Amino acid sequence: MNSNDHYNTQPPHLYPAYKSTILRSPTQPFMPVNELLKDLSLPAFGESFIGEFDNDLTKNARKNGEPIGERIKVSGKVMDEYGRPLPNVLIEIWQANSAGRYIHKEEIHDAPLDPNFLGAGRMLTNSDGNYMFYTIKPGAYPWGNHFNAWRPNHIHFSVIGHQFEHRLVTQMYFPGDPLFEFDPIFQSVPGHARELLIARFRMDWTDADFALAYEFNIVMNGKAKTPFE
Amino acid sequence: MEKLRQTPSQTVGPFFAYSLTAFQYGYDYNSIVNGSIIGDHTGGGQIYITGTIFDGNGKAIPDAMIELWQADTQGNYTTKYPGSPTPENQFRGFGRLGTGTDPDHQFCFKTVKPGPVNGQSPHINVTLFMRGSLRRLSTRMYFSDEINEEDALFSNVDATRRHTLIARRKENNGSIEYQFDIYLQGENETVFFDV
Ligand SMILES: [Fe+3]
Repeated sequence: MNSNDHYNTQPPHLYPAYKSTILRSPTQPFMPVNELLKDLSLPAFGESFIGEFDNDLTKNARKNGEPIGERIKVSGKVMDEYGRPLPNVLIEIWQANSAGRYIHKEEIHDAPLDPNFLGAGRMLTNSDGNYMFYTIKPGAYPWGNHFNAWRPNHIHFSVIGHQFEHRLVTQMYFPGDPLFEFDPIFQSVPGHARELLIARFRMDWTDADFALAYEFNIVMNGKAKTPFE
Repeated sequence: MEKLRQTPSQTVGPFFAYSLTAFQYGYDYNSIVNGSIIGDHTGGGQIYITGTIFDGNGKAIPDAMIELWQADTQGNYTTKYPGSPTPENQFRGFGRLGTGTDPDHQFCFKTVKPGPVNGQSPHINVTLFMRGSLRRLSTRMYFSDEINEEDALFSNVDATRRHTLIARRKENNGSIEYQFDIYLQGENETVFFDV
């Protein structure tokens, strides 16, 4: 593998096995604009935007009890390609409940809603680039891509940093999921890079007798500033 | 030092609304951004940015998310997003909407026309996410009533495709609207950037 392949971690826009890409991916070449957009910033959000329980999905939608399911802690570091932490980055997440059901109104999967679970959270990374959510492990759910298609367990992430390049939407998966090989969304990523989307189980980060822990680090493009090159 | 590999992108999927655009869709969760890029006290002449996102069959896309990021009327980006306690003029610069709440799947942002940034023509940065899109799509919106041909980016676009980056000015009962339709495919396919 040459180093270009090694650093090419992104899926293509058109990936026909994921059928919705066929009518929704541009067909013309993408216009190179690096030089013109490299100094463009993105907005910085402040602590005033974050509510007290926004990073605790086990608490932020309680109505009459605790949400059902396996309580977990998802944490990690947001960095640029040189491993430098990116502080004050806005992370927004959303996910299905433990039964694999989204609260979204268009959702049609026949699995129960949980009155005490919304499945949305947000927080800012701290000065070391770290973030941490408490949540419930999401269940798998079927979708309409092909006959009996199921998504592996995943949490959706939206990430907004401070440079124009630092805008990422992705999904975090769990180790050893038997659905990986059947999921065209996961498979759209080059084979060598799929491991970057799989959280690492961290026994040493668990809250003893309370919640298991997963580590998911996020690396953003750093082409605007390359002091080590 | 060995460089780290970038985290791969994945689709936003169809179910983002209750987290990313909760207020617009009526979910019981607050939103930190919405379709108002300005506040009540931002001066400079209010405008609306409206449009539809079309798929390769010319069908309006009902489950996309669109983000706008723009300079203020003086051509400055507000990199410090104004917190609620002491907003100077409540200009936010950043807006986000889903296309799922309007019956025709249009988006409609309330804003002001940005000033020129570093000699470039007034423009708004546009980012799209949607089911069926594995990576973000990035483009720029220019204004039909500005001179755009001198703009460093615009003038680099293939002349036959420049019209896809121009929002058309319309007046609607005294309010000023710029219509920016986005085509993912077809003869009017919007120019997207390699970001
Ligand atoms: Fe999902």
